[in-house]
Amino acid sequence: MDWAYLFEIALNGVASGGLYALAALAFVLVYKATRVVNIAIGEMLMIGAYLFFAFAASFSLPIWLAVLGAVLGTGLLGAVVERTMIRPLLGEPPISVFMVTVGLASILVGLVEIVWTADQRRLPEFLPKTPVMIGDAFLAPKVAYGSLVALVLIVLVLLVFRFWRGGVALRATASDQAAAYSMGINVPRVFSLAWVASAMIAAVAGIIVGSIGGISSSMGVFGLSVLVVVIVGGLDSVLGALVGGVFIGLVEALAGSYLGGEYKLLATFVVLVGVLMIRPYGLFGTHEIERL
Amino acid sequence: MRIGTLKQSYIADAALFDSHTQKTWLGVGTALLLLFPFMASDYWLYLACLVAINVASATGLNILTGYTGLVSLGQAAFMGLGAYTVAIMQTRLGTPFLLNLVAGGIVAMLGGLVVGIPSLRVKGLYLAIATIAASFITHFLFANLKLTGGTSGLSLPPAQLFGLALDTSFRLYWVIVPVTLLMVLGAANLFRTRIGRAFIAIRDRDISAEVLGIPLLRYKLLSFGLSSFYAGVAGGLWAYFFRVVTPESFPLLMSIFFLAAIIVGGMGTILGGILGAFFMTMVPELLKLVFDLLPGGTEMTVFLSPVRTVVFGLLIVGFLVFEPHGLAEVWRRIRRFFHLWPFRS
Repeated sequence: MDWAYLFEIALNGVASGGLYALAALAFVLVYKATRVVNIAIGEMLMIGAYLFFAFAASFSLPIWLAVLGAVLGTGLLGAVVERTMIRPLLGEPPISVFMVTVGLASILVGLVEIVWTADQRRLPEFLPKTPVMIGDAFLAPKVAYGSLVALVLIVLVLLVFRFWRGGVALRATASDQAAAYSMGINVPRVFSLAWVASAMIAAVAGIIVGSIGGISSSMGVFGLSVLVVVIVGGLDSVLGALVGGVFIGLVEALAGSYLGGEYKLLATFVVLVGVLMIRPYGLFGTHEIERL
Repeated sequence: MRIGTLKQSYIADAALFDSHTQKTWLGVGTALLLLFPFMASDYWLYLACLVAINVASATGLNILTGYTGLVSLGQAAFMGLGAYTVAIMQTRLGTPFLLNLVAGGIVAMLGGLVVGIPSLRVKGLYLAIATIAASFITHFLFANLKLTGGTSGLSLPPAQLFGLALDTSFRLYWVIVPVTLLMVLGAANLFRTRIGRAFIAIRDRDISAEVLGIPLLRYKLLSFGLSSFYAGVAGGLWAYFFRVVTPESFPLLMSIFFLAAIIVGGMGTILGGILGAFFMTMVPELLKLVFDLLPGGTEMTVFLSPVRTVVFGLLIVGFLVFEPHGLAEVWRRIRRFFHLWPFRS
């Protein structure tokens, strides 16, 4: 056993886990507020990355403006999706809403392929290129800075939802919809807010993921790992999303380097099945008690 | 207006086809199915076989998702199990065609029982995602086992039935369509029995069903088993139809396709599974025809695949938003119109 190697792998795993955590946060935000399982989260990431690509590479805007544009654009998409697809289905069984997001994923992939074709593309470089050394362990600069950005953003989002009025409204809606309504909170607006915020976070995550590994119309696969993360962490738990993200990042990195690349997804899904059998509602999820 | 349908016995009331109109249409439909292969070209026969295979698999998923309320995204994985079983038995053992099909169904059923175990602990979307896990694990096994021929997969010779090689769509049609009809009929009858009724009770409220004395463990597993048996047989037919089976033949997208098919068709109705599978298989082909008619020729064909993806998504979203009970409900409305004509309700 080579401890230095293990440490390096683990470090890389934790760093890429930060990205999972960020995307999982976007997912949990929507789930907590609206009880919608948004399977199109990977595709929203992709839209963010492609908008960034369009603004930065095709229109050659400065990077900061392109990021802003991509985030706002994806936020707008979130608002439109909520308004046209999710709200008409209020009160429908969860599987219907789930399938709507499946349909949404398909639409987004198709649109991206129509506009940008299915080819893989590279985002303009904007992260620093100096390698990061922690002790003796080498960390790819993109991964390191990407996860740093993710970490900062996660803290920021958590603070915002702790102290901002809208954030309080969102948490109130999440804990009890009817009570929130009767306290004068505009619940439909909170729903929109959750989707917009989630889409914006997803856009940032997409830009980072895209700048590490390039973008293509099959980028949505990232969303599958995110799905595993949130299921392992518990669908409605922010803490679960963060811990689950790092955990799955670690599992993937270890499986990828000790067993081989093809074992990556297998390992994540085996972990998923294991967690589901032992703790069906995830590590930190709420166990819902059913009554007749 | 339909009159004179007074039923005097319970059996008459529970009959699958209860009116003369229905029986007449059934006769017409059977005649069309019998005549179709003699009138249609190879391309349409190919499509007919594909539709029939998809109908079989969608009906299986409908038993599980539409009637028992357990959402599954593993249907393609079970088809894969069936297809690989058939391919291995055909190439290694050379056992007869129909035996292989049944064996494919049974292997898929065993797979379904294993995947169904978490359904006792988890429900709804947790379960859906657990079944995604099944689909990745089977993909991994297909790609890495020696028995399954790795990533290049297996190819198999045409099926033999009564000394006749089933190597054209025309010949396969006479096997695939009857098998599918048999399976659909079986599913329709299932929901007139105790087991089928138990499935419906579990879908409507599983805790109430348990209170009423339905053992959830047994019936949920049974539903998983039955549904994957259907998938396995459909997968076996698929294997004989395309005659090559690779790990990439049964992607997650295919599972989504079947779920979409029963949603578009109408969940929890036998007719829905048929209409949905038919519709969702034909739409991409229709799009191809439309693209062939468009000016611009070959330049436009690059857009065909993404447009199909978009239309696929739009259909799912559109049906859920505007017609949540699917095509079966549209069909019911049309029928009601003629039943009540010239009066309206």
